[in-house]
Amino acid sequence: MIAVRNVSKQFGDHPAVRDVSFTVGEGETVVLLGTSGCGKTTTLKMINRLIEPSAGQIEVDGVDVRRKPAHDLRRKIGYVIQETGLFPHYTVADNIATVPRLLGWEPDRIADRTRELLAMLKLPENSLRRYPSELSGGQRQRVGLARALAAHPSILLMDEPLGALDPITRAAIRREFRRLDELRHTTTVMVTHDIQEAFELGDRIGLMDQGRLVQIGTPDELLHRPVNAFVESFFEEQRLFLEWKSRRSD
Amino acid sequence: METTDFFRFLAEQSSQLVTQTLTHVGLTFLSLVLALLIGLPVGMAISRQKRVAALVLGLAGVLQTIPSIALLGFLIPFLGIGVVPALLALFLYALLPIVRNTYVGLSEVSPTLKEAAFGMGMTSRQVLMRLEIPLALPVIFAGIRTATVINVGVATLAAYVAGGGLGEFIFGGIALNNTAMILAGAIPAALLAVGLDGLLARLQRLRGMRLRRASILFLALAPVLSAFYWLPRNDQTRLVAGFAHEFYGRADGYPQLRKTYGLRLTTRLIDQNLMYEAVRHRQVDVISGYSTDGRIQAFGLQVLADDKRAFPPYQAAFVVRQAFLDRHPEVAPLLNRLRGLLTDSVMTALNYRADYHHETPETVAREFLRKTGLDRPRKAGPRTGTLTVGSKIFTEQYILVEIIRRLVEGHTTLEVAAKTGLGGTQICFNALRTGAIDLYPEYTGTGLLVILQPGPAVSDSLRADPAATYRYVSDQFLRQYGLVWLPPLGFNNAYALMMRREQARPLKINTISDLQRYLEK
Ligand SMILES: Nc1ncnc2c1ncn2[C@@H]1O[C@H](COP(=O)(O)OP(=O)(O)O)[C@@H](O)[C@H]1O
Ligand SMILES: [Mg+2]
Repeated sequence: MIAVRNVSKQFGDHPAVRDVSFTVGEGETVVLLGTSGCGKTTTLKMINRLIEPSAGQIEVDGVDVRRKPAHDLRRKIGYVIQETGLFPHYTVADNIATVPRLLGWEPDRIADRTRELLAMLKLPENSLRRYPSELSGGQRQRVGLARALAAHPSILLMDEPLGALDPITRAAIRREFRRLDELRHTTTVMVTHDIQEAFELGDRIGLMDQGRLVQIGTPDELLHRPVNAFVESFFEEQRLFLEWKSRRSD
Repeated sequence: METTDFFRFLAEQSSQLVTQTLTHVGLTFLSLVLALLIGLPVGMAISRQKRVAALVLGLAGVLQTIPSIALLGFLIPFLGIGVVPALLALFLYALLPIVRNTYVGLSEVSPTLKEAAFGMGMTSRQVLMRLEIPLALPVIFAGIRTATVINVGVATLAAYVAGGGLGEFIFGGIALNNTAMILAGAIPAALLAVGLDGLLARLQRLRGMRLRRASILFLALAPVLSAFYWLPRNDQTRLVAGFAHEFYGRADGYPQLRKTYGLRLTTRLIDQNLMYEAVRHRQVDVISGYSTDGRIQAFGLQVLADDKRAFPPYQAAFVVRQAFLDRHPEVAPLLNRLRGLLTDSVMTALNYRADYHHETPETVAREFLRKTGLDRPRKAGPRTGTLTVGSKIFTEQYILVEIIRRLVEGHTTLEVAAKTGLGGTQICFNALRTGAIDLYPEYTGTGLLVILQPGPAVSDSLRADPAATYRYVSDQFLRQYGLVWLPPLGFNNAYALMMRREQARPLKINTISDLQRYLEK
């Protein structure tokens, strides 16, 4: 459960995020969508306190995020960024074990969990001892997800997780992600500028523009009940395709 | 030089070579460890505080540009001589590469990775230890490698200030024009530098976990290597000597004392201008001074009588090229007017004023000439020729050069050019023979034993007789080299062993024989 209440962020005199409010329910996936520079990443990073808001309040599981030390908060929140987020000097196994080690898990428990994630994400067993640079882009992205999920976080934050991949791999991984129970049951906020991705993965979509959250709702609501001309025109080009998509996923 | 000379030298001096090499390694790594202890944290701190970084790196960069000799010279008034200024200088040189590379290495770690690490819930410290340092390690290691190689080179200068190391042979060899000795220091120093560079280059190329293990191993090993500095030196005597490099190797210096008195002293080699400070500050007990030095009086030193006449007479006189005297016949009579004016006590007093009251050689020379009525303002009109005067690196010679300059430029239309700071007898003599200089002040005993080197029969027969020594030396110089010894100036600047009076007196050491007996007890 995440509640974002009237949150704003100024960088100097530049307002990056302006008075944004939304909630993400248990097990729900909210996708923040918008053109580059509209404030999606900033909003996301305020949830795990990589950025501190200038105004407003954020609660995770009913507790203000500022009540705890930032590192404690973050160890319970999975965080996925573009592939560069993997530590190049760690093997795949070490990368996946990052958060469990920070939490002081026993090596056996870490090994079990790593195997489980490997199977779930269809990564070959022998990749454990490899370094990120020895993997394909798609594999790296799966490892990134495995690392974020390793310690069973109650919340998952993903920032353009598939941004670095080619369109075909991207579509394939997207389909896999949708089928993963573990992902489906984790409260997730995902950031993307890819409209199709938002429609495929989001239970609800928040459309942002110039720091504001213009409209948040199900894909259907955004398509059929746009609150203004901006929302309507945003989806115009891909309307036919999206309507077909959203009907199919019902 | 023949290669056999080199190997003979190595064989004779092998224990000295081992000691010097160990000291050298010790100095290098001791200063490196200090530089790591300070440099790594500073580099880390400024990588978090970019605003201070430019300032700190700029400061360290300026330190780096100070020539090492100058830096040592600058530290001596504050720290005296010995290992402390040497270590501090080495430490300062090692600092920049370590601080800079630590800073650069850490700054180059991608901000995205750091953000990912923080996003996983690492604390600042964990991000530093688990991400930043491992990723910066190859760059940091390159800095350590640079610092190590620089230090092997700069550590040779420790020999100037009695810090030991392979510089002892190098500077001794230069002072004595002894190629075998220079190489005995230079070759091991070069091998050490190349070897360490190669080894560290290999470590630097390792990746991942291996590099981390190698770094830890290296960091653990460095203090061990530092400890070489304290390895027990071969049989230390009750008193420790600080001898100038030239004295240590010259036939009429320490070797003659060993022959005549059977003297054996643990010796630290040191620049001749720093010996007096060293004995004054109790860093050594016995030094090889010059009998006219002003500091004997100033520092309360006692000259030990040469009761068995190991040292020959050292009457001071100018040595001139015959060709120059032929071209400028007026110069010899002019310089001869100084005869009898520069007695032992006058010369000692002049040296004292320069050494102790820090008056310039120029001032001292001018006032001396004024008092003796020889001073004239510089003669007007165009210059008709040049007299190039050389000198060795010590006060007395500087003063003599200034006296010649004022005298000659006041009484003749010649221009005087000075080439001061020729590092030793051989260098001055060679400069004179090749015509690089026309004249320099020399001492009869030095001419005899360093240049002419007659057999023991001749030198022993001359030892007690200053006039005979002068006759022999001036005859031989003219015959063999076409060089003229002008008549003796009047003072005698002999080698002399000296100690602090307050130490020598209770031990009842008045002569070199007393010293030898005390050491044997
Ligand atoms: N650390 C920062 N300092 C200054 N401006 C920033 C910073 N981070 C982001 N911005 C600005 O804030 C705005 C929103 O950025 P961001 O949230 O990254 O956009 P998005 O993720 O939607 O592309 C942009 O105009 C960006 O330039
Ligand atoms: Mg972004």
